Formats: sequence, structure tokens, C-alpha cells
Amino acid sequence: MIETIKVGMADLNVAKYPNALTTLGLGSCVGVCIYDGKNKIIGMIHIMLPYSWGVKNNSNPAKFADTGIPLLISKMESIGSNKKNMVAKLAGGAQMFEVTRSEFMNIGKRNVEAAKKVLADLNIPIVAEDTGGNYGRTIIFYSEDGRVEIKTIGKGTKII
Amino acid sequence: MNFSNSEINEMYLDVLKELGNIGTGNAISALAMMIGKRIDMKVPIVKIVDLRQVPEILGGAEIPIVGILLNVEGDIDGFIMLVMSQASAHVLVNMLLGTSLNEYSEFTDIEKSALMEIGNILAGAYLTALSTLTGFKMIQSVPQLAEDMAGAILSFPAIQFGETGDTALYIETEIFEQSSRIIADFFLIPTEESYKKMLRALGVV
Repeated sequence: MIETIKVGMADLNVAKYPNALTTLGLGSCVGVCIYDGKNKIIGMIHIMLPYSWGVKNNSNPAKFADTGIPLLISKMESIGSNKKNMVAKLAGGAQMFEVTRSEFMNIGKRNVEAAKKVLADLNIPIVAEDTGGNYGRTIIFYSEDGRVEIKTIGKGTKII
Repeated sequence: MNFSNSEINEMYLDVLKELGNIGTGNAISALAMMIGKRIDMKVPIVKIVDLRQVPEILGGAEIPIVGILLNVEGDIDGFIMLVMSQASAHVLVNMLLGTSLNEYSEFTDIEKSALMEIGNILAGAYLTALSTLTGFKMIQSVPQLAEDMAGAILSFPAIQFGETGDTALYIETEIFEQSSRIIADFFLIPTEESYKKMLRALGVV
């Protein structure tokens, strides 16, 4: 029996085989999925903002790419994963509204860039991504083989 | 100034409840005049909710909803966002255009512009109320509309609030026209700077 564990907004979680992780309705947020294929351990974080510095309310590390991704990795390691086996997949980072006031407002793009930079600094390769666009995504991440199923409204389902 | 302070939140909430009442009153008058029918409303519900619950407000993160977003500029900078279930949006469109209910069809361009016009009217009503209470001048932009999963659309206000706190503020308005019922959620999202300015002007801090 596979249990599918929900990851909320600005939240993270880990799971072991045969369980799965899911986050619903990702918009500008980014879902980072980290897979350790050797130990069949998975971790998922639903990032809202790129960096914790310069943000007054930064008490929740899972809200930010820079503090959340390292925390996710250490949680995976605490249940038996090894960083050298880890690969990452990214989904989300959409721009739900065309906001003209400044580039700053394209938070989706900035979230994707920050997640990539943090993963690069940690030497975790990104093996697949489905980011950008102007639509929402629900993602399900399976520990069995590390596949990420992406569901949309009106744009079908795909697997990365 | 600490924005997570619950005392400030309480006072802010009281002031915003008042704003919600006046704003919704204004909006209903404008809407009634536009469609030439009597419209009733419930006293709006004003809540500060945990950020992580935001996508659950309309019944789950995957539920398809309609979101209308407007920029606000002037003495106060930020955004106004209106969200409705697809069913409520259809009722509103039918009310406005005098068409019959067809819940499962996609919105046409005309229906979308009708919804955006409603966004304009409602946002204008709330901004007028806010302007009356604070004396600030505010200009609203052309509205934008998105139809998608609740979680995805609401990630926009959630992220804006995410920079200042872990809570989001929303005003739920219920509108009735005969047997039709519409529930519209309204978010006011000032920038942090404008948030401070508004709190001062409203006498909260």
C-alpha cells in the first residue's frame, strides 16, 4: 500500500519506498524533488521565495530556497540517504499574472533561478524540470523510480 | 515595528472589518446600479489566516477558480485580488449579461471582460472606502484575469504576504440576487512600506 504524503505551501517532507510525496496547485512556487535512487528515499519542498536574507519574516526555513533545500537534504540524510546519490527535479515557477510593475514581481522565475543556484552550490545535479508558463501544476513524486507526475488544468498530464 | 505582533493584527483586523463593510456596501451599490436589480449582501467575514491554509479557502488547492488581479499605485502601492469559484463567476456573469446559467462551458471573451469589469468595480469600491478612511490617493490598473487551480492563483497573494508575515488577510463577501448566491474573496496586498503607512493612517500604530 503506497501512502501519498502531502507537502503544503512553504513546507517540506521526506519519504521512503514505497511511499510518494505530493504538493497541490503549485503556481509561482517551486517544487523541488530530490531523489536518492540507491536508497529509494525521496524529499520534496514547496518553496515560496528565493532567499531568506532581506526578508523580515524568515522564521520558516522551508519557505525559502536557500534555507529550505539544505534542510531537506539533512532530513533525507537523517533517514538513511546519502548526498552523493541525490539528483533533483524541478516543477512550478509559473507566472500566474502578467505584472508589469517590475521584473521583481516575476517571482516564479526568481524561485526557479534560486533553486538551481542552491542545488548547484550543493553539487546536486538537476536531471529534469518542468517550469515556467502561466498555469498551475500538481505534482506527485514516487520513491519507486523517482518519477514526477505533473497534472495541469487543460494542459494534460506529463511525467518527468 | 513587528508585524507578527498579534495585538497589532487584532486592531488591524478591526479596522479592516470596517473597511470591508464600507467597501462591500459601495461595491453592492455600484453593482446593483449596473444591473438594475436589487442585490443583498451579508456582513463580510474578515479573517487573518495561516499562509499554508490559503489554498484551502476555496475548497482545496486543485479546485478551479477565477482570479482577478489589479495593481494599485499612488500613496499606497500594492495589489488587489478577487477570487471566486467558477460557479460564482458564472452566476455573476449571468447576472450582469442576463444570460442563462451554464456552469460547464468555458468563459467567452465577452464574459471574461464582464468579469474584469466587475473586478474593476469591486476594487474601486474597496479603494474608495480605504481612501475615505485614510485620505490616501490610489489609482488602480487594468485588471487581469486567470482561471486555474486555487493553489496556483492564490500563490500570488500568499507570496506577497510571505515577504511580510506568515499570515494572509482576506475578506469574504456573500452577495445575493433573488436565489442567486455569489461568494467572492477579496485580498488587499499592500507593499511592506505601504502597509506601515496604512497602519499609521488607520490609527493602528
